[in-house]
Amino acid sequence: MTTTQTPPSDTTSTDDDFMAGELPTRRQDKLFEGITTGAGILILLTLAGVAFFLVQKSLPSLELPAESLPNAEDIGGYTWPLLFGTVYSAIIALLLATPLAIAIALFMTHYAPSKLAKTLGYVVDLLAAVPSVVYGLWGIFVLAPFFVPVYDFLADTLGWIPLFAPVVTPSGRNMASAALVIAVMILPIIASVSKEVFLQTPRLHEEAAMALGATRWEVIKTAVLPHGRSGVIGGAMLGLGRALGETMAIALVLSPTPGLIGFAVFTAQNPSTIAANIALSFPNFGGQERSALFATGLVLFVATFVVNYIARRIAGESTGY
Amino acid sequence: MQKSTPGASLETNKLSPLQLGGIVAVALLIAIAVSLPVPGTNVTMVVLLAGVIAVVATYVISRRVEGRRHAQDRIVTGLVTASFVVATLPLISLIYTTVSRGTNRLDMEFLTGTMRNVVGEGGGVSQAILGTLIITGIATVISVPIGILVAIYLVEYGRGQSLAKGISWLVDVMTGIPSIVTGLFAVGLFTAIFDPGYRSGFAGSIALSVLMIPVVVRTVEEMLRLVPMKLREASYGLGVPRWRTILKIVLPTALPGIVTGVILAIARVVGETAPLLLATGLSDEVNLNPFDGRMASLPLFIYNSYITPGVTVQASYDRGWSAALLLLILVGVLFGLARLLSAALTPKGLK
Repeated sequence: MTTTQTPPSDTTSTDDDFMAGELPTRRQDKLFEGITTGAGILILLTLAGVAFFLVQKSLPSLELPAESLPNAEDIGGYTWPLLFGTVYSAIIALLLATPLAIAIALFMTHYAPSKLAKTLGYVVDLLAAVPSVVYGLWGIFVLAPFFVPVYDFLADTLGWIPLFAPVVTPSGRNMASAALVIAVMILPIIASVSKEVFLQTPRLHEEAAMALGATRWEVIKTAVLPHGRSGVIGGAMLGLGRALGETMAIALVLSPTPGLIGFAVFTAQNPSTIAANIALSFPNFGGQERSALFATGLVLFVATFVVNYIARRIAGESTGY
Repeated sequence: MQKSTPGASLETNKLSPLQLGGIVAVALLIAIAVSLPVPGTNVTMVVLLAGVIAVVATYVISRRVEGRRHAQDRIVTGLVTASFVVATLPLISLIYTTVSRGTNRLDMEFLTGTMRNVVGEGGGVSQAILGTLIITGIATVISVPIGILVAIYLVEYGRGQSLAKGISWLVDVMTGIPSIVTGLFAVGLFTAIFDPGYRSGFAGSIALSVLMIPVVVRTVEEMLRLVPMKLREASYGLGVPRWRTILKIVLPTALPGIVTGVILAIARVVGETAPLLLATGLSDEVNLNPFDGRMASLPLFIYNSYITPGVTVQASYDRGWSAALLLLILVGVLFGLARLLSAALTPKGLK
């Protein structure tokens, strides 16, 4: 209404003036909206804070004396092998997990009876709920020793490929085991996103394929997979983002060699990853060297940010995920 | 006899489940027969071999009886089912290992004692249990109100606004932050305020909150969007102001989903190790003050019992496994609770 001056006692007046009774309500509404908006802005401030402290704490690393970092001349030489290890382990894990995750999603949407599928979805969720430190322990004591004979076999028969070069480390604590553990951890993410897109396949497309006499696999090949492709790629990228940042499982399973860049996955010499290196080095480093860890953390933050951004762009096109 | 009609050929040229079962059984027998003389075989190898034989045999037989397309279909069915079984093996193996190794030390001393002055065997984790409850509790108290308020803003007030779009995008960014980076953030924040060696349970809670808030926002947002617009309009129609409509109508309607989402968010962060390693550290004795000094937590206790096992390595590993079992039970209970509550709180009509 018009800007009429309301008396200061408007809150006490009851029914003599309709407008006066409405104003405090409006003010309460504005106040509540302000509070919720403020909470939203807090998100902005938190992220700005994360970026600010990472940058501020990593600035001293640019002026670190040459011999203060292990196996590196400067911060660039320190970060590069770690970034390599991070990306390398994540990509191997992704290559292992994605086909399996697609198969799981297909099983839950198109093969299992719908009641069973619900329970199975719960099992996959549980896989995502196990803490990474428990995965790490399991990786060292169960997964790595279990796969050592497999590594031996591959190194014996395919050892001429640089990837499978011998000598296999007897403990199994190598890049292959680390990638396997991460693959298990990112499996549920890729599977659940894929499941969502497979469920959204237009019913008519599937029925049309069936009406033409297609087998179940032909329905999937011609209707489900083409529809779900971008969603699956988006889910895989989300899994990649998680794999890049995985810390404790790698810190436990992988036995790292500082400063190394190498592609062999079975040997005892493995490149470390940014996240695992921070976890392993942080307690031992003094304030000055810690700035180098903050610098690597900043690189990791930016890398996961870019990957997640692309993932949501791709997945969002098909699912609005 | 007349030529068989196409319909009849479809009926007859099909493998029955019994025949398929027979193929699998024969494959298993062959696999056992082949691998028995080889030294060092284990069950997994036999099952794997039997699987390969069964898939190949099904393909060959199906191709002769049913034709190429159906043979392909059978192969894919086999592979998809096998993939699912393979994917559940890690979970089964992990639970089995944790339970069988974790029960070694799950006694009263373990549950009630601390690690104070414990050098070799013995010792307990009551300090870590309390620490985990305090740190996660504070993180929940911080994250839930903020998360719900942000979700209300995004759904009720911000629709279509560019600020809301921006914040929604930032929540996505926040979801992807690696846990170790939130630890670095907490260290940066608290060492800027206090001394460079500052560590506390509260710093850990802040790091966990950064991980937890986006999860809460996303689940609450989804639940609020499910509340029918008619309920809001009916409330407005009765002259109820917007903020009261949200608090009295929208939130209670969405409550079951919100409670479930919050519990699942707690389950997600309760096992986080990396942020606590940087921001909180570990303590051997009970510390109930989250603002003063290091504090123990179950995940970090597990990590530490492997990384620095001390003089009696096996005793330390046993403690680690038992703590891992406790943590798994905790996560499992939270998961079960979330399911039960979502079933119990859902209004009858919506079930």
